[in-house]
Amino acid sequence: MSKPIITVENLSKRYVIRHQRSKSDGLRHVIEAAIRAPFRWLSSRREERKRQDEEFWALKDLSFELDQGEALGVIGRNGAGKSTLLKILSRITEPTEGRIHLKGRVASLLEVGTGFHAELTGRENIFLNGAILGMTRVEIKRKFDEIVSFAAVEKFLDTPVKRYSSGMYVRLAFAVAAHLEPEILLVDEVLAVGDAAFQTKCLTKMGDVAKEGRTVLFVSHNMAAITALCTCAIVIDQGHLVFSGRPQPAVEQYLSRSDGYAGVALSDRKDRRGNGRVRFTKVSVLNDRLEPVECVTSGQDISIALEYHLDGPKKLDNAIIQIAFAGALGQPLFACLSRVSHPGTLTLTSGGRVLCHISRLPLIPGSYTFGIWCKVEEVMEDGVYEAGKLTVADGDFFGTGKLPTSVVGEFLIKHSWSVN
Amino acid sequence: MEELIIEAGKTERQYWRDLWRYRELFYFLAWRDLLVRYKQTVVGVAWALLRPVLTMLVLTFAFGKLGKMPSGGVPYPLLVLCGMLPWQFFSLAFSESGNSLITNANLISKTYFPRLVVPASSVITSLVDLLIAAVFLAVLMMWYRFVPPVTIVLLPAFVLLAFAAALGTGLWIAALMVRFRDFRFIVPFVVQFGLYLSPVGFSSSVVPDRWRLLYSLNPIVGVIDGFRWCVLGGEHQLYWPGLGLSIVGTAILVATGIWYFRHTERTFADVI
Repeated sequence: MSKPIITVENLSKRYVIRHQRSKSDGLRHVIEAAIRAPFRWLSSRREERKRQDEEFWALKDLSFELDQGEALGVIGRNGAGKSTLLKILSRITEPTEGRIHLKGRVASLLEVGTGFHAELTGRENIFLNGAILGMTRVEIKRKFDEIVSFAAVEKFLDTPVKRYSSGMYVRLAFAVAAHLEPEILLVDEVLAVGDAAFQTKCLTKMGDVAKEGRTVLFVSHNMAAITALCTCAIVIDQGHLVFSGRPQPAVEQYLSRSDGYAGVALSDRKDRRGNGRVRFTKVSVLNDRLEPVECVTSGQDISIALEYHLDGPKKLDNAIIQIAFAGALGQPLFACLSRVSHPGTLTLTSGGRVLCHISRLPLIPGSYTFGIWCKVEEVMEDGVYEAGKLTVADGDFFGTGKLPTSVVGEFLIKHSWSVN
Repeated sequence: MEELIIEAGKTERQYWRDLWRYRELFYFLAWRDLLVRYKQTVVGVAWALLRPVLTMLVLTFAFGKLGKMPSGGVPYPLLVLCGMLPWQFFSLAFSESGNSLITNANLISKTYFPRLVVPASSVITSLVDLLIAAVFLAVLMMWYRFVPPVTIVLLPAFVLLAFAAALGTGLWIAALMVRFRDFRFIVPFVVQFGLYLSPVGFSSSVVPDRWRLLYSLNPIVGVIDGFRWCVLGGEHQLYWPGLGLSIVGTAILVATGIWYFRHTERTFADVI
């Protein structure tokens, strides 16, 4: 289909923040105002122009298009405006400016179990929830058995939902929503609830929905889910569209933006844990000649240098340090822990530097981060997440001059072959 | 494939079509409210009967025996019950629909459907209670061996009038309540006050003639008078100017109620 199924043009949404310290809200004041100027109180729009109210643009000039059959991932920090976008597309709230053109029936899943009533049984709630989401009674009856088997709650169908475990609740709620047959499906971070099995089931079902030719809009913080499910993605930052394109680059763009700590020097970081007798001040990545570098290669011998200073004592014995490496999606990869790799413990002196040597770096090319912590006598002294970045480029890991053309996983492992 | 254009300030056109498309929601929300009300109760649906019975007993005693109000030739309990049925329907519908948006706040902020369905379904729920209580009225008439006049077939028309009055006021209160939670306290007060002000416990013939028209500004007066006229007949004459005023007033109430509701509806999800 050449014509897009969703067209968003210059969408903006403004909220008015009413500061409660002004005493001008409430019935009494409205009545007073009404006496002074009749009929003005009925207009809710005029109220917005009161001087002591602040304007907040949740979305500003957002424009994008989506073709049929695509699955669009919407990513951004909390408060960026993603849920507002979905709310406007779902017609729950009105845009302040702009225009949206939708071709097809829209169903939105902004919350799991919307309309579920705790006192009603599972069976009753299926009908209620289905009706609220826009299905007709005939439709619900037709799909009833499918919904029940998807949710796997046959045994508990006639017990009140307040007796369900949270897992059952969420499965039932998603089961109903999954059997909507809209042309456009909007999903807002509902996968945040539920265990791993449930999340896999949901993602699979959403994938099926996309394969059936329906269009999906998916808001999530789960970057792995976004890259697995979506065919395109947009990044929203403070109400503005900052990126539109394939999911993988969108995720990287988002992560590099949310790497809000990049600009902050390690010594200035406030979000640390621990008693503070040790303070990491600087991290750097060094090559095999102990020179600081911006980028390293796979298979290279590298060192991580941690500079610190001591707050109080001049010397600390029995110190253990860990550097934990994580991938671009935040997933933990491996850790270097001095307790297991270094004989004895470390002794730290004021204004010193600790080096961790990694020979033949087994990471595939990409961006990585590492967090560090230091414990003295099993007590945390300083711990910082995402203390530093590691950028790895192609390198001759295997010593053969060849690298895999398609990448499997995150690691390169030294191995050899023999034939018998 | 249906097409939809969402634009600031231009969402009117789809609304009435959507109201038709979501018509089953009227039924489902009313069904849900009824189910929830009677779950885990032992007395169950009988509560719908107990309320009119008890109130009837109290009012008959207070106004009939103590107050010695004229009953117009019918047993006093019947007079009271004929006033009670529409009043209880109206007061319940009024307070429930007033609160309906707030109690369904989670639906309003997370799903789309025409919000008009919410207060309307509260009024429908109260209608069911009215029907149950009407059974009791029939039983009482049999007890007194009272045969209603042929005008009883007009009863549905007055029920419709009551429905419209409840809907009109309900819409106003529901929309106002979203912004001004003060109404949460105003509503029960009005209901309490209204019970004594409206001709529930007494016949409106006790109201002096020169005040009669003004009295009819209360939409319930027309409804109750109508109920009494078509069910009891006899001395209960219908005050036609009053009825005319009630009908016009109710029509205005419904029209303005819908207007105000629609006008503020777009901000519900943001303000609730």
